[in-house]
Amino acid sequence: MRYQLMTAALAVTAALAAPAAATDLEVTHWWTSGGEAAAVAEFAKAFDATGNRWVDGAIAGSGGTARPIMISRITGGDPMGATQFNHGRQAEELVQAGLMRDLTELATRDKWTEIVQPKSLLDGCTLDGKIYCVPVNIHSWQWLWLSNAAFEKAGVPVPKNWNEYVAAAPALEKAGIIPLAVGGQPWQSSGAFDVLLTAVGGTDAFLKVYRDKDAEFAAGPEVAKVFKAADDARKMAKNTNVQDWNQATNLVISGKAGGQIMGDWAQGEFRVAGQIAGKDYTCLPGLGLNEVIATGGDAFYFPLLQDAEKSKAQEALAETLLDPKTQVAFNLKKGSLPVRGDIDLKAANDCMKKGLDILAKGSVMPWTDQLLSQDTQKQKEDLFSEFFAKPDMTVEEAQKRFADIVASAD
Amino acid sequence: MSKSERPNQLFRNLNAKVASIPMVLTALVIFVGGSAWTVLYSFTNSKLLPRLNFVGLDQYYRLWSTPRWLVSIENLLVYGVLSLVFSLVIGFILAALLDQKIRFEDTFRTIFLYPFALSFIVTGLVWQWLLNPEFGIQGVVRGLGWESFSFDPLYNSDIVIYGILIAALWQGTGLIMCLMLAGLRGIDEDIWKAARVDGIPTLKTYLFIIIPMMRPVFITALVIIAAGIVKVYDLVVAQTSGGPGIASEVPAKYVYDYMFFAQNLGQGFAASTMMLLSVVVVIVPWAYLEFGGKKRG
Repeated sequence: MRYQLMTAALAVTAALAAPAAATDLEVTHWWTSGGEAAAVAEFAKAFDATGNRWVDGAIAGSGGTARPIMISRITGGDPMGATQFNHGRQAEELVQAGLMRDLTELATRDKWTEIVQPKSLLDGCTLDGKIYCVPVNIHSWQWLWLSNAAFEKAGVPVPKNWNEYVAAAPALEKAGIIPLAVGGQPWQSSGAFDVLLTAVGGTDAFLKVYRDKDAEFAAGPEVAKVFKAADDARKMAKNTNVQDWNQATNLVISGKAGGQIMGDWAQGEFRVAGQIAGKDYTCLPGLGLNEVIATGGDAFYFPLLQDAEKSKAQEALAETLLDPKTQVAFNLKKGSLPVRGDIDLKAANDCMKKGLDILAKGSVMPWTDQLLSQDTQKQKEDLFSEFFAKPDMTVEEAQKRFADIVASAD
Repeated sequence: MSKSERPNQLFRNLNAKVASIPMVLTALVIFVGGSAWTVLYSFTNSKLLPRLNFVGLDQYYRLWSTPRWLVSIENLLVYGVLSLVFSLVIGFILAALLDQKIRFEDTFRTIFLYPFALSFIVTGLVWQWLLNPEFGIQGVVRGLGWESFSFDPLYNSDIVIYGILIAALWQGTGLIMCLMLAGLRGIDEDIWKAARVDGIPTLKTYLFIIIPMMRPVFITALVIIAAGIVKVYDLVVAQTSGGPGIASEVPAKYVYDYMFFAQNLGQGFAASTMMLLSVVVVIVPWAYLEFGGKKRG
C-alpha cells in the first residue's frame, strides 16, 4: 500500500516536473501472480509509449477480494481511470447507475465489431445496445489437465475423455494417487460442475439451465446424468486436502494427483514448473467429450470521469488494449487467447493451439459470468462446495436444491 | 426543594454535558441511525447498490430457507455456548491456581496472556498449521510412533467447529484469567481467614463465598466473551474459509459474503438484522435485570 502511494506520489511529481507530457491514469486489476504481473506489464509498457502514464493499482488477492474494493471506490466517488472486471454481469449495476463510460462512439470509430472475434465477446460488454468495456482476453474453464506420469505409475493409458478417466480412477487410487484434484475454494467445485454440465450434458443443456433458467429441465433426467458425473468427481476428489487452485494444480504437476478440471490459467503453473504440453501433461478441452470454449475472460471498464485530459487518456488506453501487438505480447505471457482473430500466435504451445483451433471453428458459448448474477453464482458455490465436501449428501437432494437455485436465478 | 432550583437540573454539570455531545451524536447517528438504515433496506431487493424497492419479508424467507444460514446459526450456537462455558471455567481455574502465591507468577501470567496479543487472523493461521494433519500435531505424534493417531478437526465436517473453538480458547482465556485474577485479588484477606476459622474447605469457599462476591467481574467477562462470539469472523476465514464445504460457516461471514461477493445487499442486510435481533434478545432482558433492578432496589 505504502509502496503504491509512493509510486503514485512519484508519478505525480514527475508529471509536475514535465508539464508537457503524460496524463496519469490509474488502472486497477487483480493480476498479481508472477505470470499475470508480467502480462500486465506489457499493457503498461504499451500505454506509456502513447505518451501517457500507467499508474498501476494492483489489488492482491483474487477477484473476489478485489472487486468489492473497486466497486466501493467507484460508488464512493473516487473512481480510478480504468479497472479490470470479468466481462459479463459483474459491473452491470454500475453501468445501469451511469457510473461507467459509454464507449460506443469509440467502438464504432475503431470498428470493434469487426476486429473482436468471437463476436459474443462484445455482447458481454454491451448493455442496451451500448458498449461499456474492452475485452482483452479469453479464458475458458472447460479443460481437463492430466498428469502423464501419474497414469504411467498406475499402469493405465492416459485417458482421452472423461468417461475413460472415471474408469481409470480405481487404478490410480490403488497406486496411491488422488484421481482428481479439487481444491477447497468454493468457486472450484462450482466451476467443475459447470464444466461437467457442458461436457456431459452438452452445450444446449448448459444454455437451457443457465440462460433460459429452466428449472424443470434442471430437475430432469438429463441434468441427473450430470449430477451422476459430479458424484463420480466427488468420490475421485475426496482425498484432496488443499485449498487454493494452484496448490491443486501442483498436485497434478508433481504426479500426486491424476488430473484437475480447471480453466486455462492452470497452464501458467505447468509452464512455470517447466513442463511441456503433450509430454509431461495432457490437456483435454471440453473434457474430451464436447470441445467448446466459453468466452469468459477479462475486460477493462472505464469509469465516467469529469477530467477531459483523463477521458482522452482513457480512449488511448482502450485503443492500446486492442492493438494487435499488445494483444500478442499480453496473451502469450498470460496464457490466454487473444480477442482478435487476425493475429498470429506462433509461439503458442500445444494446448493453446487446441484452443485457437476450437475458436477458429466457432465452437464458442457464453459462460456463467455473462449469464448469471453474482448472487446466483454465490448460491451455486455454496451448494457445490457443500456437495463436494459432504459425502452423505445425496445426488437427488443436491439436484433438487440446484433446481431451486435455477428457479430463483436472475 | 424550592421551585426555582428545578430548571437548573438541565444545566448541572454543563461542561460534562457539552463534552459528551459528540459521543451522543456518534451513538445516535452512526449506531442507531446506521442500524435503522440497515433494517429498513433489509426489506428491499437492493443488489449492488441500495435501492428503496420494497419486497416485504422476501429476503427473510430466503434467508431462513438457505442451508448455509442454518448451518451458520447452528455453528454459532455450538461455538457460543462452549466458548462461554470453557472461557469462564478455564479462566477462573487458571486464575485460582495463580492466586496460590506460587513462584514465577509473573512469568506464568505473561505466558497465558500472550496469545491475546495476537490478532484472530494470526491465531487462525497458527492453528491452521498446528491442526494440519501432515505438518501439525497429528504428524508429530505419528512421527513419534503412534501410527494410528488421528487428529484433523479442520478436515472433518462433523468436528471442524471444535477446531475453531480450540484456537479461540487459546487466544481468549488469558484475558479472562487476568480479569478473574484481578477479581480474586480484590477479595479481602479477612474473608479467607474467616472461612478458614469456620473450617470451610477451600473448594467450598470458592464456590459459595468467593464466586458470588465476584459477580461484577463475571458480568464483565461475560459481556466481553459474548461480544466476541457474535462477531466471530476472521478466525474462521483464516482457519478454514468456512470449509470443508460449508461446515464451519458463521453468520458474520454470511453477511459479508452476500453483501460483497454476491452483490446482494438486501440479503446481507437481512442476515445482519437477524444478528442484531439475536443480540437484542440476549441484551435486553439482561440489561433490564441489571439496571432496572438496581433503581428499584
